[in-house]
Amino acid sequence: MPSHRVAREGTGTFQMCLAVPGRVVDLFGDDPAFRSANVDFCGIRKNVNLAFTPEAEPGDYVLVHVGFAISRIDSDEAHRTFQYLKSIGALKEEGYAV
Amino acid sequence: MKYVDEYRDPAIAIALAGQINHASTKPWVLMEVCGGQTHTLMRYGIGDLIPDSVELVHGPGCPVCVTPLEMIDQAIVLAGRPDTIFTSYGDMLRVPGSRRDLFQARSEGADVRIVYSPMDAVQIARANPAKQVVFFGVGFETTAPANAMAVWQARKEGLQNFSMLVSHVLVPPAMRLILQSPGNRVQGFIAPGHVCAIMGFREYADLAREFHVPIVVGGFEPVDLLEAISMLVAQLETGRAEVENQYSRSVDYLGNRAAQNIMREVFTVTNRKWRGIGEIGSSGLRLKDEFAAFDAEKVFELQSLHVEEPRECVSALVLQGRCKPAQCPAFGTTCTPMHPLGAPMVSAEGACAAWYQYKRHD
Ligand code: SF4
Repeated sequence: MPSHRVAREGTGTFQMCLAVPGRVVDLFGDDPAFRSANVDFCGIRKNVNLAFTPEAEPGDYVLVHVGFAISRIDSDEAHRTFQYLKSIGALKEEGYAV
Repeated sequence: MKYVDEYRDPAIAIALAGQINHASTKPWVLMEVCGGQTHTLMRYGIGDLIPDSVELVHGPGCPVCVTPLEMIDQAIVLAGRPDTIFTSYGDMLRVPGSRRDLFQARSEGADVRIVYSPMDAVQIARANPAKQVVFFGVGFETTAPANAMAVWQARKEGLQNFSMLVSHVLVPPAMRLILQSPGNRVQGFIAPGHVCAIMGFREYADLAREFHVPIVVGGFEPVDLLEAISMLVAQLETGRAEVENQYSRSVDYLGNRAAQNIMREVFTVTNRKWRGIGEIGSSGLRLKDEFAAFDAEKVFELQSLHVEEPRECVSALVLQGRCKPAQCPAFGTTCTPMHPLGAPMVSAEGACAAWYQYKRHD
């Protein structure tokens, strides 16, 4: 289990603190409480629940935490934050970057 | 300024550090509550950029670290049941219980699976109707709405084989405990940005008023933290004690209503034990009684355990900013990230582990 080893060595896992920005690609589901979206994280796509950001539309940027979008953010901010998280190696362990 | 060239915006970082230098005329003790912020402060050597008179102490804001030993032991008991699939965020698997961790339980045959979202655990329950699927519901207010939604969804679908082992904790009661403790040294707080993205910062405004302590809601990047420190120093130097929002790009006063609603629907406030600190009144969340069918403690009739923490560990003092990790006799000798004795050495966001990684050789 490489993530086990990495974490033990202290480079850190961030799962419960980490919120990662991504771009809403397309929406699915008609129930507003359980609307989901494909969200693009600079090339990696994940299915994200939009229950807490019902106003999010395709093209919007959202901050994603444990599979849920917790707030909408502007695109400059999204890019800056994504690059920052990438630079500190926080994304790889959580599967947001290769 | 050993790391400053690594900053995304070194010029801004230097300007902020200069501002802090210029503004501070007296010694001040500040605490960042969130483990993610602790990690950034250590990694970027922010303590070295600011004047020595501004001391940073690291708070208890790492959910991995503060989940009590007993809960880890309960998780291991559940994971060991032959009919059970135990699901968890990856962070929790290497947290030592009193004898072993979930990784060891898995290598001994338990079906333990890492999920990225609590909804993935619900999906595992749908796909495995013959198995009991338990999810380890830990974390602060940032994670609670997602976990609440998973339980809500399981009930909506009538899933009979999904439950949650809940050990949720809340940030403001821990800050209150620190402020009330007789030996308290903390004069200003950086409040956790993502927790406030969910909850807003009304509760922090109440704390600021009640204890006459400045609180700044801060982000997670080096420049965010320098700015938050600068705002706190400015308040302290002028005798103000207000709540201010440095992280306004993601946080507003009221927070995320939809997320708060589902939390309130599914969870209720309860007393919680914090690893290394002890029980704090009204400092956590548990499932409401109407969701008892999804509460792993009730479904599996778990007996309450009581386990003693290693006596040499002074983490209660560390987590309240009353002792530096390196002042603990066990630090770096009998207690290391490979063999943690106490909570703050467990996760990279814990104060002792961050200190071990970045400051051990200072
Ligand atoms: S160094 Fe280890 S034993 Fe000492 S306070 Fe930190 S976690 Fe506890």
